[in-house]
Amino acid sequence: MSKQREILQGAEACVKGAIKAGIGFFAGYPITPSTEIAELLSTELAKEEKIFIQMEDEIASITAIIGASLAGKKSMTATSGPGFSLMQEGLGYATIAEVPIVVVNVQRGGPSTGLPTKVSQGDVMQSKWGTHGDHPVIVLSPCSVQELYEMTIQAFNLAEKYRNPVVILTTETIVHMREKVEIDPFETVDIFNRILPSINPGDTYLPYGKFSDDVPIMGNIGDGYGTSVTGLVHMENGFQSADYEVADRLVRRIHRKIEKHTSDLFDIEILNPDAETMFISYGVASRTVKSLIYTNHPEIGLVRPKTLFPIDPIKIQQATKNAKRIVVSELNLGQYYFEMQRILPHKKVHLIEKIGGELISPNEMLRRIEELHD
Amino acid sequence: MNDMKQIFKVTPLLSKTKRSYCPGCTHGVIHRLVCEVIDELDQFEKTIIVVPVGCSTLAIHYFEMDTVQAAHGRAPAVATGMKRAMPSKTIFTYQGDGDLASIGTAEIVHAATRGERITTIFVNNGIYGMTGGQMAPTTLEGWKTETSPYGRNLKKEGNPIRMCEMLSQLNGPAFIARTSVHTPANIVKTKKAIRTAFKAQINDLGFSLVEILSTCPTNWGMNPVDSLKRIENETMNYYPLGEFKKVEGL
Repeated sequence: MSKQREILQGAEACVKGAIKAGIGFFAGYPITPSTEIAELLSTELAKEEKIFIQMEDEIASITAIIGASLAGKKSMTATSGPGFSLMQEGLGYATIAEVPIVVVNVQRGGPSTGLPTKVSQGDVMQSKWGTHGDHPVIVLSPCSVQELYEMTIQAFNLAEKYRNPVVILTTETIVHMREKVEIDPFETVDIFNRILPSINPGDTYLPYGKFSDDVPIMGNIGDGYGTSVTGLVHMENGFQSADYEVADRLVRRIHRKIEKHTSDLFDIEILNPDAETMFISYGVASRTVKSLIYTNHPEIGLVRPKTLFPIDPIKIQQATKNAKRIVVSELNLGQYYFEMQRILPHKKVHLIEKIGGELISPNEMLRRIEELHD
Repeated sequence: MNDMKQIFKVTPLLSKTKRSYCPGCTHGVIHRLVCEVIDELDQFEKTIIVVPVGCSTLAIHYFEMDTVQAAHGRAPAVATGMKRAMPSKTIFTYQGDGDLASIGTAEIVHAATRGERITTIFVNNGIYGMTGGQMAPTTLEGWKTETSPYGRNLKKEGNPIRMCEMLSQLNGPAFIARTSVHTPANIVKTKKAIRTAFKAQINDLGFSLVEILSTCPTNWGMNPVDSLKRIENETMNYYPLGEFKKVEGL
């Protein structure tokens, strides 16, 4: 069976991915440049008798998807920088209560209302550390419309598997541009559904008492098991505790369930692995590097993290170990660059950045490579 | 014994856990009324409570049902998501005045105007209890609190907010009422209002809310009896009791 090829806008691809993954509930608030995702889902979900709801703001949007996910629906919201700031409360809640949710952040220029219609990668560190407290997070960074489709499916799978928020950190450019996407309706895509308790309601059950690889096997709320959920530190029965050992054990387990799968989760693409100058670049920014590689620049190579967090330092260290020069290129003032400096302490790491809402053109990139001092 | 008629039983929805509320607090009475109504309406198996941040976060220990403790002010939004995902369940939020009328104002107004089929029990004692007695949006003029030590000055601190009056202007609610629990007669009326509110949800008529005037002897600096008198003498003057909205069919 040949693949089905379509020209899709990024937002359409995201929506198709969400439907393929089994989305049952979307709540959102209009914000440029993510609005198309909500608009499309308002039509598509109605067709499938699934739930779309426009909430009064982003805080209520993320809270509503937490409620729907607790009730067993695969749930997503989509937003951009200012809305993502408001959603930090919900991200922390979903992390400690272990509620699977997918948050699409279509980055635009910031800070604050910033540049609503222009591209940026300024939310990298916010997606990792935006909500308070120690917490793990999975952040995916698509570099094409095709990858946005695939990563939306992957994001639902990972959220359900690890019972943790997953952020798709995309950009205005990826969501608004149109590209060829291959979607085969007969292709088997692996879809992961959360593991539910196998015991009968009424048997001894603790929502946070039984684990599959450190992920709690929780019943959905209202399904007869007796489930208690809170944003407070809680015991195995879901009830609050301020006990040192309970708190320490809970937060460490939540970390561990993600961190121990870091090498599987941290997916990278490598092009021209033996090149003199290895770029570390991700998302839309990596397309400039790719366009140079594809136009006869064998001296340039690319290490492209598809997953921004959690980071596997070994993969980055190995992929850059023979490079004469390492350059991080991103559309912010060096947010991922500082992470790369941290994990490559014995290498000089350069930064070619751009802000202000524009991409780096291939010619500009060549010029800026020449300006680097090793 | 056999010819004796049972006229009262303890509802099984209320746990036997020892209550941690302060002496004289009215949460206990209100918890019981809510549980009795859910029991009497045969909603035991299908009811889920969403509790707030505040003193009544403790309610998760006392209601024998699935519980979700929402982030501060967000109970109506999490209840919206759950109710839309599980329309056959009976879902209610239990919120204090800081949670509902300050940080959660957007959530309650929009859940109400959308006509979400949820019920809200809004317990208003005019003060932040859990954090130790600060001024709430509902604190009355002249009341001394930890953050209005000279008494609430309307010119400086602004006016207390009347939620029932506000929400009853919307089309989404089916039932909006304010009651009190400061006397046995009012407790009976409160129970009746709670029953009507749950019926509004069960009969798919719209959003419903009962605001219940309540006390906080600890942070008011009063004994429980004087606290109850204060509802009669002060609170009810600004927050009149009554049904503000009741659609046909209730």
